[in-house]
Amino acid sequence: MEANQSFIHLSEKPYIKVALVGNPNCGKSTLFNALTGLHQKTGNFPGVTVDKKIGYSKLNTLVTAEFIDLPGTYSLYPKSIDEQVAFEVLCNPDNENHPDVTIVVADASNLKRNLFLVSQIIDLKIPVILALNMMDLVEKEGVVIDAVRLSERLGVKVVAISARKKEGIEHLKNILLEPLPIPQYDFIDVKKIAPELVEKIRAIIKLNSDFAAFQTISNFSNIQYFDNHPEKKQKLATLFKSVSIDYNSLQTEESVERYKLINRITTECITHRSAIQTESFTHKLDSVLTHRIWGYAIFLIILFFIFQTIFFVAAYPMEWIESLFTSIAGWASQTLPAGELTNLFVNGILAGLSGVVIFVPQIALLFAFIGILEDTGYMTRVSFIMDKLMRRFGLNGRSVIPLISGVACAVPAIMSTRTISSWKERIISIMVTPLMSCSARLPVYTLLISLVVPSAKTSGFFNYQGLILMSLYLIGFIAAITAAWVMKWILKAREKSYFIMELPVYRTPQWRTVGLTIYDKVKIFLWDAGKIIVAISVILWFLSSHAPGNKFQDIENKYQSSILTKDHSIEGVALQSKIASEKLEASYAGILGKFIEPAIAPLGFDWKIGIALVTSFAAREVFVGTMATIYSAGSTDNTQSIRDKMHAEVDEQTGLPKFTMAVGFSLLIFYAFAMQCVSTLAVVYRETKSWKWPVIQFTYMSVLAYVSSFIVYHLLK
Amino acid sequence: MKTGLKNLSQLKIGQSAIIDSFTDKDMALKLLEMGCTPGEVVKLDCIAPLGDPIAIFVSGYLLSLRKAEASTVLVSVIATK
Repeated sequence: MEANQSFIHLSEKPYIKVALVGNPNCGKSTLFNALTGLHQKTGNFPGVTVDKKIGYSKLNTLVTAEFIDLPGTYSLYPKSIDEQVAFEVLCNPDNENHPDVTIVVADASNLKRNLFLVSQIIDLKIPVILALNMMDLVEKEGVVIDAVRLSERLGVKVVAISARKKEGIEHLKNILLEPLPIPQYDFIDVKKIAPELVEKIRAIIKLNSDFAAFQTISNFSNIQYFDNHPEKKQKLATLFKSVSIDYNSLQTEESVERYKLINRITTECITHRSAIQTESFTHKLDSVLTHRIWGYAIFLIILFFIFQTIFFVAAYPMEWIESLFTSIAGWASQTLPAGELTNLFVNGILAGLSGVVIFVPQIALLFAFIGILEDTGYMTRVSFIMDKLMRRFGLNGRSVIPLISGVACAVPAIMSTRTISSWKERIISIMVTPLMSCSARLPVYTLLISLVVPSAKTSGFFNYQGLILMSLYLIGFIAAITAAWVMKWILKAREKSYFIMELPVYRTPQWRTVGLTIYDKVKIFLWDAGKIIVAISVILWFLSSHAPGNKFQDIENKYQSSILTKDHSIEGVALQSKIASEKLEASYAGILGKFIEPAIAPLGFDWKIGIALVTSFAAREVFVGTMATIYSAGSTDNTQSIRDKMHAEVDEQTGLPKFTMAVGFSLLIFYAFAMQCVSTLAVVYRETKSWKWPVIQFTYMSVLAYVSSFIVYHLLK
Repeated sequence: MKTGLKNLSQLKIGQSAIIDSFTDKDMALKLLEMGCTPGEVVKLDCIAPLGDPIAIFVSGYLLSLRKAEASTVLVSVIATK
């Protein structure tokens, strides 16, 4: 075989591209981290929501390698987006990520199934190195893999590594610099399966291998290569129409052929020294973690713990961030020259930035947990025990995590839906998660409940206020699963929903991997969502601090004399808040509030609440601050005084108190359902790569909020 | 259906069987790539608490699948002593 083989010499190039491919759970990402350290960046493959990780490493003084971590896949069949991306990168030489050499990572403890993908990639006739991962585990289990024999049989270099223990990494790097054989033979001959078709396809497009041509049959509509060659795409489409092909049968035949050969190879190369029950530890743990009582009990405890942490523990760093920004803002407004620019910096940009950074503790903590749950293998068991329940609502077992995290904050929750592989189930999870009552709604709920609900106790030890608060959380949850159920029928699936997945053996989590996950998610959020959030917050700042014409000047002139005389007296403070209140009324936000009044009047809201609805778009808790300004309650920290002012508010037409039970509950329901969070919309855009979904989400939640508030208001009026 | 064949979903916990064939083409492909080839021995490892999905031991690892998916796999049960 060696004699007629051709080689590629990568040591002659200063910069080489290396792709990492492998099954999910094969340790590919661990190897990627071990190879590149912190020299990596995360992005997206163009047009799809598949994470693209690229890292760098110097192989020697002359050669730098760029490693690309392709999505984990079991085969090159184009069933999912992940597989399409992997196929496109490997097969299309014009693709910007097309590698010089591909490292296929295989879980040595599960070699047979891993060799399936290996054999497909060999048949693409691209330079391949096989990295046998977890060799330490295999040896412990008393299994011997003859790597030399395997290398001969496959015609590629085979390197034994342990990515977790960082063994064999340097060796692997060195192998990259050796002359690498380019596979010449076909692992299986697909020409036997579809002889004519393969010939015809290769006549139309230039391809490296018969197998690439064979794969084109089902893949061609997705291959970006054809974007520049529409006439070839047309030719292929005509070809495929002219012959009736049952591609499924062809692929089935191919799979069976591959496994026949793989079985022969594994019998030759693997020897079992002893028959130790290897799955025993995992099996024992599973009997508890998937137990009908203990399984759910343990899961509930874990959920409770996660919830407590992101709700209460994160509150401390969030407070620090807030006070840090407050002191920066205080410092800036004192030291910088007073004027429009300072105002923009302090109330627009700084406020926006603090609105972004404030989420970091929650995102970091949630992804620390998710990272651990994923890395240990427990997350797949969560899917396993929750699947039947969640499936009814069009959700996935894994949707439980985003839904529960949504009670703290929808932003990290939506980012966590990445672990849901089915597109439809993931979209539904993203769409309904913001209906869960997040922590930003809590100050609004507290204020409104204290305003309209008597603090009397029921017969038990609950009081009414607590009961109402709990009901609001429950209503949010019911709305979320109902909306999910509705979307299950409306949304069309892009791919069939499968639950065919590996339950990996339990392992101790790798802190490095967990750390990198946190780092990645925080970075993505700060950059991608941060931009939009800061921009919107600047717009909202402008709306609430600017008025058409000289309106602000007029207000200031009106009170000019009083300001000069009573600057620091009690009346002075009251006067300042009165001016602020009048300014807000005159501002663009005030105009907007009055403009939407006719639309929100049926819900029992006046223009003052209208302003709060507009400003709440930055973040829901802004409601409290806006109410404070409108009712010139002075300090925003004093809920008591805001409540009293709102309580004293009288309806202009009826002369009765404005905040009746009906208005209060209508407003509560509105805040429970409405999409008033620019951060969430920004993250939904980032996670779906399209404005379509945030727009749909905003619309359906607004309609839901409006209709529900309308009903509540008219029932209670 | 050949005589003596069962659905994979009908196995009892701990029972082993040999994969015979598939009744659904799409599902077959997905299962094939996961190593469930005709002739392969599978063992039912556990059933989720709500009765669905199930987890089988196949070619050296644990695979979970829904009952509906498992029912497209025909197996011949290996008699246990």
